Amino acid sequence: MPGLITMDDLTNDEILSILDDAERLLPVAQGHVYLPLLQGKILGNLFFEPSTRTRMSFETAMKRLGGEVVNLGDVKTSSVVKGETLFDTIQMVDGYTDIIAMRHPRQGAAQYAQDSARVPILNGGDGAGHHPTQTMLDLFTIRQAHGRLDGLKVVLAGDLRYGRTVHSLSHALTRFGCELVLASPTLLKMPAEIVSDLKAHGANVVETEDLLSSLGDADVVYMTRIQKERFADEDEYAKVAGAYKLHASNLDGAKESMIIMHPLPRVDEIHPSVDGTRHARYFEQAFNGVVARMALLCRLLNVPVPATVGGEA
Amino acid sequence: MSQEHNMRRVTAIRNGTVIDHIPSGHAMRVLEMLGINRSSSVPVSMVMNVPSKKMGTKDIIKVEDRELTQDELNRLALVAPDAHVAIIRAYSVAEKLTIELGEEVQNVVRCTFSNCITTNLREPLPHRLKVLSREPLELRCHYCGRPQDLEELVHNVL
Repeated sequence: MPGLITMDDLTNDEILSILDDAERLLPVAQGHVYLPLLQGKILGNLFFEPSTRTRMSFETAMKRLGGEVVNLGDVKTSSVVKGETLFDTIQMVDGYTDIIAMRHPRQGAAQYAQDSARVPILNGGDGAGHHPTQTMLDLFTIRQAHGRLDGLKVVLAGDLRYGRTVHSLSHALTRFGCELVLASPTLLKMPAEIVSDLKAHGANVVETEDLLSSLGDADVVYMTRIQKERFADEDEYAKVAGAYKLHASNLDGAKESMIIMHPLPRVDEIHPSVDGTRHARYFEQAFNGVVARMALLCRLLNVPVPATVGGEA
Repeated sequence: MSQEHNMRRVTAIRNGTVIDHIPSGHAMRVLEMLGINRSSSVPVSMVMNVPSKKMGTKDIIKVEDRELTQDELNRLALVAPDAHVAIIRAYSVAEKLTIELGEEVQNVVRCTFSNCITTNLREPLPHRLKVLSREPLELRCHYCGRPQDLEELVHNVL
């Protein structure tokens, strides 16, 4: 496996086995056990657009496993502003590092980088394309809550058009036989080619504009942020965004085991009243970014995770 | 109306290339794909919407004094995959060529998606479109994965 560009780069068995590795690495991610599996390895963090969680969790994951991290730093002070091509940047970083985590505003940039590099590329988001490392932590969070991935009913809500997290996640959930409800305003519907791919893989997909009536029998509700700049005028945004907000009072009829997730940052789409409910999982989900990325770094660097990770630090 | 009559709608050429069985109305796209335009110096004749037994109607192009290469002809796979191509020498058919559409189209056109990484033309890797289906033709960019708009694609010829 050269890198992770889309979820198509992993089989279902590989996904489950990486999640098992992640499970065993939890005490390392929590700082209870020191396990320097990646000592002597260097991760290159190439973030061409802003990132808080993804960049920091990659860095934390590498350091918890004893590895080192070099950063591109602020794009404004790098050679990119001098007009350097992505190909040239990758050639350079490829020589400095053992593995690269990358985010880029252009769609297809991660595949392009992988075709230019010898070291594995981890796609940390390419335009409105894919975000497979986020999907791995999302799957980890879902399995942690429900004990399985298959046969769940998952509502994906909000900006499904530009939201790369839901593009990658929908593909993966379909492969595990989940039923998908795609709840979004018409303007921000899931791209037609993705819906057609999901259906071609036998997915049970329902598209709706009505989020609240989809909550009753859902096992997972995955919220995403609706961005103001996607709308021509502010009134239209306010009207649409209002229909995609969750308040604790909306959850009365939900299953006890239903979990609410969000890739964060949130703005208004999940009211703070939800934070204290049994359904809220978004902060655990953000933490899981570390452990899922630890497991991915080990897998892509061909470093096996021991069958038992023990011994308190 | 006979095939011979169609071919005689324009004068027979001494040397060059004849592209026959182009889907009706696609001749202009074929010329665009081949980069044949006002600045080309060779004579080009074109007939459109003539009767065809096989296709109902079709277009035909004759390019004089230029033998198109197999690489050039393979570009036609995107707009006229079933066209027949003949190289003419001294008024006779010297060679018949077949248009081939492989599993991928490389460095013929660039992706039509405005935010694809390949829109930076300084990036040196090849432009690659994967062929998902031949009938109907469906192409996706190898890098960004976006389906290609075939109407728009002919304007993105490299």
